Amino acid sequence: MSSSTTSTMAALPTQATRAAFRRRVVYPAFMHGLMILGVFVVLFPLLFAIILSTQSSADWFQIGNLIPGTSAAHNYATAWERASIGRLMLNTTIVAVLVAGGKIILSMSASFALIYFKVRGSTLIIGLIMLTHFLPLPVRIVPTYQLLADLRWIDTFQGLTVPFFASATGILLFLQFFRTLSPDLADAARVDGAGPIHFLFRILIPISRTNIGALFLIEFIYMWNQYLWPLLVANSVDTRQVQIGIKQLIATDAVIDWGVLMAGTVMVIIPPLVVLLVLQRSLMAGLSAGDEGIR
Amino acid sequence: MRSFVFPNRILPYLLIAPSAVLVVVFFIVPAIQSLQLSFYRVNTSTGRQIYIEFENFTRLFNSKEYINSLTITGIFILVVVIFALAISLLLAVGASQPIRGFGIYRTLLIWPYALSPAIAGTIWALLADPSIGVLTYNLERLGIHFNRQTDSTHAIIFICIAAIWKILGYNVVFFLAGLRNIPQDVMEASALDGANAWTRFWRMTFPLLSPTTFFLLVMNTLYASFETFGLIDITTQGGPGRATNLLIYKLYNDGFKNTTLLGSAAAQSVLLLIFVAILTLIQFRTAGKRTFYR
Repeated sequence: MSSSTTSTMAALPTQATRAAFRRRVVYPAFMHGLMILGVFVVLFPLLFAIILSTQSSADWFQIGNLIPGTSAAHNYATAWERASIGRLMLNTTIVAVLVAGGKIILSMSASFALIYFKVRGSTLIIGLIMLTHFLPLPVRIVPTYQLLADLRWIDTFQGLTVPFFASATGILLFLQFFRTLSPDLADAARVDGAGPIHFLFRILIPISRTNIGALFLIEFIYMWNQYLWPLLVANSVDTRQVQIGIKQLIATDAVIDWGVLMAGTVMVIIPPLVVLLVLQRSLMAGLSAGDEGIR
Repeated sequence: MRSFVFPNRILPYLLIAPSAVLVVVFFIVPAIQSLQLSFYRVNTSTGRQIYIEFENFTRLFNSKEYINSLTITGIFILVVVIFALAISLLLAVGASQPIRGFGIYRTLLIWPYALSPAIAGTIWALLADPSIGVLTYNLERLGIHFNRQTDSTHAIIFICIAAIWKILGYNVVFFLAGLRNIPQDVMEASALDGANAWTRFWRMTFPLLSPTTFFLLVMNTLYASFETFGLIDITTQGGPGRATNLLIYKLYNDGFKNTTLLGSAAAQSVLLLIFVAILTLIQFRTAGKRTFYR
């Protein structure tokens, strides 16, 4: 990288070293400073919430007090009990895992069928599935709710999961990925006498690991953070979702107990954050690979 | 084109059937029912439906309340999308510099992706609390009296900030992935041509990143229109007055809190459907078959 600079700057060695110093030391140090500032600004609200979850009301009445308090145990225990956080976390985990898993299975099957078999009207089918993008929940919310009431699915896990199973996101993701794979892969499998199911389980699923991981991450977080639908269809504690639990922590008191509320908030953030940290690499790799497929 | 590999005739349809059935039952049929319902006046207690043609729509456009929601939503979308895209692009470009130790910034900046709008609202409600918020306290010292609970403008600023903060992580993920796909030799060649970082960004990075930016533009618009429901419900509940009564929040109130406005709620749904359809068509036109992620 320095060959061109050194030849032009050979006459002025001090200037050249100064330029190199600027490029190798000053610039990175400056950029580190900027990024630390940027990351701090972005994460400060989160940090503040964590600190506050350890404080008593006497602590947080001193505004701007960033010293962790000693009420963590009390705050977390109170939030846990008052909003049945344990039960709600279980409910939400069931919903998020079922939907993420269901979407992966259904969208992978459909994409597999569309790419590796002759399907009559495949364009129509893909078009039909793409239609779901025009139809987010709000544009069909009243009839969907009535359908659920007719099915007696209010306050059930079916009601919270089944309407979400169809996935245009998943089908597009897998269609794109399968198109980037060499056709030889399946041809070779067939020549070897492998049937479609064998090919799917032994070859296609293993090489789709990254995409499966990425889709799981996206859908898990999407479902964990659902608010409107659970507000409408999951009112009993047996099915209630975590986000609604946070609303309850706010609504139960006339005066908000911020320490308890932030303790509840921090607990609710942890599961999706863990999934994000574990699958982050898959997400980045899946997105980049998907892009290559388009270009 | 690809020759189809496996000869099975029935298996592929069995594999597609579950997805197709779900799409029809939970998407297409309810959407058609929304459309149908929007032409009726419904009395939920008696179950009577009267056909009233376009009356639900004309009433909406003559209602100050709806126009108010429409205006606020428009402003909200514009502010959220512009700031969310600009800030996250800046952060992603910074974090993707090939400098040792920058991997940690890339990881940390994605964290807000795990947050929900309701959680973002809760945390910002704490920071901007009129009596004990650290933000309000510091603004007060600067001579700015910030009260999101009584001042309409402050309430809108408040929901904008919380909404922007929540979507940053998502945007950074996609910008980082987009930046990773820009061939390194293109950037190096341009650096050798003597282009400084500023020119390099506007001449090379920004245009090469435009598919990602455009994709995020559409996704952030959808997010600001629909996903922010939880943020509103947990913080302002449309107030003070109707200052933050976004379209989605009004739809919820009319469809589920008010027993006489079911037809109107359906009409509001249909108008949202038209809005989404236009957005999605633009997306398909410009971005081709690019995947939609949430």
